[in-house]
Amino acid sequence: MSENKNEGYVTADGRKIGGTLMEMKNITLRFGGVKAITDISFDIKEGEIRAIIGPNGAGKSSMLNVISGFYVPQEGEVWYKGARRPSMKPYEVARQGIARTFQNIALFEGMTVLDNVMTGRLNHMKANMAQQAIWKGAAEKEEVANREVVEKVIDFLEIQSIRKTPVARLPYGLKKRVELARALAAEPSLLLLDEPMAGMNVEEKEDMSRFILDVNDEFGTTIALIEHDMGVVMDLSDRVVVMDYGKKIGDGTPDEVRNNQDVIDAYLGVSHD
Amino acid sequence: MPDQLLFGTEVFLNGLMAGVLYALVALGFVLIYKASGIFNYAQGVMALFAALTLVGIMDGQVPFAHLINAVFGTEVHHFGWNIPSFLAIILTMGVMVALAWIVQQLIFRHLVNQEPIILFMATIGLAYFMEGFGDIMWGSDIKKLDVGIPQGMNALIDEVTYGAFGYGFFIDNLDIVAAVIATILVILLVLFSQYTKQGRAMRAVADDHQAALSVGISLNFIWVMVWSVAGFVALVAGIMWGAKSGVQFSLSLIALKALPVLMLGGFTSIPGAIVGGLIIGVGEKMFEFLIGPMVGGATENWFAYVLALLFLVFRPQGLFGEKIIERV
Repeated sequence: MSENKNEGYVTADGRKIGGTLMEMKNITLRFGGVKAITDISFDIKEGEIRAIIGPNGAGKSSMLNVISGFYVPQEGEVWYKGARRPSMKPYEVARQGIARTFQNIALFEGMTVLDNVMTGRLNHMKANMAQQAIWKGAAEKEEVANREVVEKVIDFLEIQSIRKTPVARLPYGLKKRVELARALAAEPSLLLLDEPMAGMNVEEKEDMSRFILDVNDEFGTTIALIEHDMGVVMDLSDRVVVMDYGKKIGDGTPDEVRNNQDVIDAYLGVSHD
Repeated sequence: MPDQLLFGTEVFLNGLMAGVLYALVALGFVLIYKASGIFNYAQGVMALFAALTLVGIMDGQVPFAHLINAVFGTEVHHFGWNIPSFLAIILTMGVMVALAWIVQQLIFRHLVNQEPIILFMATIGLAYFMEGFGDIMWGSDIKKLDVGIPQGMNALIDEVTYGAFGYGFFIDNLDIVAAVIATILVILLVLFSQYTKQGRAMRAVADDHQAALSVGISLNFIWVMVWSVAGFVALVAGIMWGAKSGVQFSLSLIALKALPVLMLGGFTSIPGAIVGGLIIGVGEKMFEFLIGPMVGGATENWFAYVLALLFLVFRPQGLFGEKIIERV
């Protein structure tokens, strides 16, 4: 791996990773007196799959929420695309090209799969209201273009058969996939996945892993993900941040992390002093 | 055709027309409920407030005239101009949008993620506040609202039916206009919520706040928009009811008539509000016509509520409401 932060590197399987897309600098997040994250810094480079792992309560989800703007850290800076990001609302972050999924699935249950995925395109619609209402002019062209993207995503994630089904009727594994589809439809620069495989069986996990790899490969999307399943994480990711009790205890390739004594201790359990 | 049947048909048609007006009020409720999960108790008062503002603007009334006169000992009441009704309607719409923004900034922005019952209580407070505020602003006397909608019997229908059946139907012009406007309004609303970006965002917000934020929707903007649309519907309802029975306090009570309509149609369905309104309108007129004489009349006062009660027992989600699907 290169020493220069802004330069990319070449992965073990020969993929070229670009410069720094996002950088977290000395982030500290408190809830009242409780420190959820303490002074953590790491970066995400363009085109890579970056994992954040750690035992329960390590602050992984909080970290993801800081990136997506749902939490505002008390200290530290968030740098995105080479500029410092001011304090932002979650919807503003989304408009900057950061899409996410949730640990507990946040879908529009009353809408169909297709409508759900279409909401991912909301920020790509520019035609005015009257044009949209009567489906003429810019709106028509736009809708066609947006539908093309959506159909491609639906195709890609193999959910054609359920496109007209209301989301509330779908089983858990498929809901997770629809949520991924909605995030992908936004054509994000950075895709955040909060435990994309939580609660899935082995087969579903394999499917999801394949999709994540394919998304990265096909669209070149930068992905940051949180996952519990160590095996999955090590297979998927290019670089891994390890957190424990709100602190960063390891950062590097899966192999480096696997041999890090602090990481081994955190997972196997030694007394904290 | 026998006389009774002809008379019955006329009652039926008048019921339909009354139903349209009920549906108009119910629509305002459905819109806000669908988009924010808030049952807006203040919808009726909003209609009253819109009508008061419209009359005030048209007549060039000085807002807060009584207050100003009491405090400063002046004698101002009117600016001395009259504003054409079309312009006044647009100005009133501006006031309703401003009201929507204020309501969002002062009340509902601070109540995000609260229980529905708390939001409901807030709208009760809002209703009482606006009732008083409307009085202070425009005075509490009964006002006549004339925006140029024709009133009285429609001569053409009377003539045609007289020629055909030897019995002229009495249909009020105002009711016909109301029906046409309501139809246009509903078409606009459906186009808006189903086909525009803002409409899709509105449905998304109603469904899940977190997910809406994550796809880049501003909750604040959508809510101001929803309250503005509800304000617009309130204005239309206020104009129709105000033209029919004068602008006065009792206008806000039409909200009570909207409740059974909502229970029939379902709180989440725009077509439901329409069909519910028509059923209540026709139902109460026909019931009065057919059963009324046997029980001593005055059934119109309770028919709608009894029907709503039956629906609550046997089909709580209404005719068109979303059936609650829950996976366990």
